[in-house]
This record gives sequence, structure tokens and C-alpha cells, in this order.
Amino acid sequence: MTIEELEQIAESVRRENANFDYEVSVCMDLACASQGSDKLRDALLRSAEASGKKVLVRRTGCMGPCSHGPLVRVDPDKTLYGHVSPGRAQGIVDSLGGEPVAELQCELNEHFDSQMRVVLENAGYIDPEKIDDYIAREGYKALVTVLMEMTPGGVIHRITESGLRGRGGGGYPTGLKWGTVAKAAGDVKYVVCNGDEGDPGAFMDRSVMEGDPHRVIEGMALAAYAVGASKGYIYVRAEYPIAVSRLTMALREARRRGLLGINICNTPFSFDIEIRLGAGAFVCGEETALIASIEGKRGTPRPRPPYPAVSGLWGKPTLINNVETYANIPPIIRNGGKWFSSMGSERSKGTKVFALTGKIANTGLVEVPMGIKLRQIIEVIGGGVPPGHTLKAVQTGGPSGGCIPAEMLDIGVSYDALMAAGSIMGSGGMIVMDDTSCMVNVARFFIEFCMTESCGKCIPCRAGTAQMYTLLTRICTGKGTMDDLALIEDLCVTVKETSLCGLGQTAPNPVLSTLKYFRSEYLEHIANKRCPAGVCHMHAGAEADVFAPAVSQEVVA
Amino acid sequence: MARVTGVTVAAIARTLRLESQLELALWSHSGRVPFQIWEGIVSAFIPPPLPSDDKRWKIVNGAMRKNGFARHALIETLHAVQSSFGYLDDNAIRFVALSLRVPLSQAYGVATFYHYFSLKPPGKHTLTVCAGTACYIKGADKLIAAAEERLGIVPGHTTADGQVSLMTARCVGACSRAPVMLADGEVTGERTSEQLIEQLERWAVE
Repeated sequence: MTIEELEQIAESVRRENANFDYEVSVCMDLACASQGSDKLRDALLRSAEASGKKVLVRRTGCMGPCSHGPLVRVDPDKTLYGHVSPGRAQGIVDSLGGEPVAELQCELNEHFDSQMRVVLENAGYIDPEKIDDYIAREGYKALVTVLMEMTPGGVIHRITESGLRGRGGGGYPTGLKWGTVAKAAGDVKYVVCNGDEGDPGAFMDRSVMEGDPHRVIEGMALAAYAVGASKGYIYVRAEYPIAVSRLTMALREARRRGLLGINICNTPFSFDIEIRLGAGAFVCGEETALIASIEGKRGTPRPRPPYPAVSGLWGKPTLINNVETYANIPPIIRNGGKWFSSMGSERSKGTKVFALTGKIANTGLVEVPMGIKLRQIIEVIGGGVPPGHTLKAVQTGGPSGGCIPAEMLDIGVSYDALMAAGSIMGSGGMIVMDDTSCMVNVARFFIEFCMTESCGKCIPCRAGTAQMYTLLTRICTGKGTMDDLALIEDLCVTVKETSLCGLGQTAPNPVLSTLKYFRSEYLEHIANKRCPAGVCHMHAGAEADVFAPAVSQEVVA
Repeated sequence: MARVTGVTVAAIARTLRLESQLELALWSHSGRVPFQIWEGIVSAFIPPPLPSDDKRWKIVNGAMRKNGFARHALIETLHAVQSSFGYLDDNAIRFVALSLRVPLSQAYGVATFYHYFSLKPPGKHTLTVCAGTACYIKGADKLIAAAEERLGIVPGHTTADGQVSLMTARCVGACSRAPVMLADGEVTGERTSEQLIEQLERWAVE
């Protein structure tokens, strides 16, 4: 494969598309698919064929505003239709060349205008099962160019220059990590993609893997070239069957095109990727636990150092990055590090994808430049909380993050600002809560999650989260005392400072942040046995909550 | 063609001063191991016979063969068992452990560590309610309570007649359509307790 051959493929795709007067793209991402977008696509195909018009009906990945799904976009007019049922397909095809169907049109200009799409630049525009569609949008250009023209050191320099930080949540500088792996001694090295998106309430990585799988593969190949690896693993959750099948297909296509395998582009560089399935363990998002899981063992973390960059998979230097981090690599290589670092804030460069969910009008996937005000995401892009309710808090970072109260909406979204506010960037889940959510119950929900997901290796996390859960349950059922509260605060510090891995070290964050900003709610539960949001059942001796499954009882015992 | 028999892969890896079998695999892949030796390595290990004539065991065996019966393929193999049989029973775990030369304790440890693996047979139908954060905020607890009341079981169990299993999931990634429910794996969003009961009733009259 050479640059010229890539151009030829791109040209043939463009020529083929030019045969059509209209392109009708149907979002087939999980959210739209769960509302029957597959039937809609079939109906559109039938109507298009019957109409005699030259219409290309295309399946695409996530277009973004899932709450308006199933979504259909008509090009070249760029008309976006929402809530399209299969019965509406005929109407849409009939309208081509005339006036758009007014009642189906989505007026989401504000929603899209504040966004900046780098990772999601192709999602919603390409058919994820066609490698040529990706190539037509400059796909694999970065890889081929690098193999022909750049040294591994040059690639690492460009990534360092871009200021990209790990998108899995920790925010470790990517260039620095790559440099460490590249410098590590040894012939055999591995590149691992962390697609174990265990954070409940987040689905960015799923959408990227499903909507634009080749971008992840290209990013991994570039990383492998830079650090000197010849084997890669993508670790995906088994709960994402579509992502697994899309990636499998994409790997096959890439091999067929000679973009993976032995002597890629007739250079000495050989690289191939294998998919490994997760099996529903949140802790496997932690890098050492993930390595153990790839090795076929229980996913328990081990102390660091040595870091995986020095001794990782099978004791070899291993580079582990998140899906979104890899997805950022091809555009950085194509456009240069300076282009990337021109976006974003002082110490957080580029863009970040967020899964905007909860009590908000426009739920879905958004990509914004770093440093954007939280208020803008919630009120402009998200369209605010539904009428009749008021915003109470925004939760970021999942079970490792915290709740940011409504008064603090003017902070900029960056690694440091969120950390200062007692939360973390996390992988990108952003859950909006209104006055119907009880913050004590939310804290209890997260601790219950961490308790059941704790691998049990270290005591502070295993026993600490269980004790915190018991104490929070007492408060939520009206049996809590001020002593319990003091004990919780004490435990938070112990668990945070003495746990082995990130899961335990961050588990107290939701409790700490709600205690910091919503202490009055805790006090109301304890002193007046009243839940201000009316969520908690306060009668003494209340039966166990449904969110406390049988397993938790065993853990407590 | 020279065949090395009675030698384990690990022993050959040791002789070649390689730390792991995977390294050996990579090594041979790189063309540095003569094909004959590699052929010998593959033929040296004879996996145990399949537990029965059930065709599903062939799928499981195929998954192991694809990975060269390597120990690190344990999780992959258990996935193959679960997708073929619906759950992991003792026989299956024992067969996989013997085939991959993994201690029984490790195989059982892995099977019980990961939530995705089930050691109990599922019911005819499975209703899964997502209990991720977005679904929790949007009232998944009400859905679970409705299902519990209707079926008389708590999540993780199957009704006595074996018809319906009630499960909770840790986020299926359809958070923008919360609360989410899966009826036999099919994802539907923005569910209400009434819709959940309707689904259960549809199954009941089948």
C-alpha cells in the first residue's frame, strides 16, 4: 500500500458516491438501533429503489443527539431528521429535491455549533463496515506516511508536541508514556488498547469502536511503530457485542488491504492485533488488572512500579492506552502536533468526547474543546434540564469521580479544574442530576458499585467499601447517626490513601464530593430522618433496597 | 517430517530459552523456528477427549485450538462455553482446565471472578434491567421492583418453573435512552414498569 494507492481507493469511493444525487445516512448506533433503525434503513432502501431517484442509503455510527433518534441525515442538504419511524421513509425519499419534511426536522444548530469534532469526525459519515469509506476520509494516510517518511522518534516527538493526555481518565501525558515504552529494553513489546469501558453511564469508547473502528486500529499501528511493538491487543467488554463484531471485521479488512500483518507497506514493520474479550469486571479497566485478564487470569491489579511500560504483558514492555487516546493519534499525525495543541486549554489540549446522559434534554454523544465551560455543555449543547425541574449536580468520572454542584457550572472542563473541584475528568461519562435525585443515595449507589466490583485483593478497598456501604445504607434508611457520618469521613481517607489500585483510591470520591457540596442533605437524613428529594425510604427497618443485591450481603458478612 | 513426541510446549520453550509459550509462538511466527520443530510442538500435546458427542463441544474445542491450547486462552474458551451452553457447569470448567493444562482452582477462580460468567443455567427467557448510573438516575430501581414483584424473585435468579431469569447489568452503553431493559438480549430504551410487565406477560402466554 502506498499513498498513491490510498488516493486511488479514495478517488474510486468519491466517483462511486458521485453517481448518487442524494446521500441518506441512517444512524445505526445502539441507541437508534434500539428504536428500530434497522427497519428504518430497510424501508429507506425500498423507497429509494422504488422512487427511481439516485439515492445512496448508508449505515453510519453515532451521529450524536441520541435522544432525538432514530436519526437520519440527508446530504448534500445537511438536513437532520429525528424520531423517524419506518413509516416515514417514503415521505423522506419523496421530499428529496424538494422541500424537507418540516415536522421531522431537528433544529439542533446550537447543539452542534459549540462542538468541535476530532475523534468523532467520521462518526455519522462513514459506514463502519467499509474500510474504503474510512480511507476516503483520509484514513490510514497517517500510517502510510509515517512508515514511508518518519522515524519512530519523530512520531513520539509529534505526539509529545501535541500535548495529548490519556483519555482514559488519568490524564498521563501520552508522548511521555510512548517514550518510556520505546526506551524500555527488549525485542518483544506489546501495544494494548483499553476498551473495557466499565464506567456505568459512559459509552464514548463503544461508539468510537462501533462507528469508526479503523481509527482505533490505525492509532494502535502508529503507536506500535513508535514504540517498536509487533503485536497488539484490543481488550473489549463482552457487553459490547456489536463493537466486537465491527472490530473483528475491521481487522480482517485491514489485513486484506495489507495495512496490518507482515511487512506493512513493504517496510520492515510488522504488526497485527488480536481482540480479547472482557468478562464484566470493572477493575479490569486498571492497567495491571487488564494485563492479568489478557493473560487469562483473574483481573486483580498488582503494585506499581514496575509500570507496564517496563514490565507489562508477559513481563514485556507494554503500552496501554484508552480507545479515545488512540482515536486521537491519526489526526495528530496528519495535521501536526501544533494543530492539536492549538485546541483546548493551557494544560489540557485537544477535545474530549462526553456521554451526556441523565436529566437533560439532548442526551447523547458530544465532543467539545477542552476548557469549555460546564455551563455551556449543559445549557447550550445539552439543552438544559427538562422544564419544571432544576439542575442539582453534574456527575463526571463515574464511580471514581464526583458530583459538581449547580453553583459551580462556570468551571472549565479540564483535567486540573475538575480535579480541583473534587471530581475527575474520567473517561467521559457526564450524568446530569436534577432535584429528584438524592445525593446521599447517589453516593451510596457508587459505593455499592465499588463494593461489588472490588477485586478483593487489598483490605482497605474490600472491607472499606463494604463498611462505607453499610453506613450509607443506615443513613439512607433513617437509622444513621452523626457518629456514622464521622466514621464515613474517616474511612474515606483510609480507603483513599491505602488502597492498592485506582479503584480503591478513587472509590471514596463520590462520597467526599457529595459531603463537600451537599452536606446539608446528609444532615437532613440524620437529624430529621427526611430525604429532601423523596428518594430514600426512611421508615425504620425498611427492606433492603433493590440496588443492594444478594451478593452485597455476603460481602458485608 | 521430523516429529518431536512426548515433549510439552513449555519444555520446548525452556529448551529454546524462551520465557513463555507465547514468545515461542511469536518466535515461530517470525520464521526463526524451523517448520518441522513447530509441527512437532503442535502434535506433542494431545488434549483430552470431548466430554460427549454434543456438537457444541466442537465449538469450544475450536476456540481452544484457534489459540493453540495456550493457557492464556482460558477466558476466551470460557466465553465460547457460555455462548454455546448458556452457562458454565462443573464438567465444562473441568474439561477446559484439563485441555488448557490450567489448575482447576485457577479455572474455577476465573469463572467465578468475572460477573459475565454464570454458573447456573439461565431460564427460557432472560430479562435484564440495566443498573448503570444513567439508568439509576432515570429510575431503573422502579423497573427492578416491578419485575421482582411480578416474578417473585430477586435479580440473579430464575423463576421456579424455569421460564424467566431476572438479571441486572452494569451498563450496556445505551445510557442516552435510560432506563434500559434487555429482553432476551434485545435492547430497548426509555422503559416504564408497565412496558416491563407487558413484556413478561407476552412471555407468559407463549
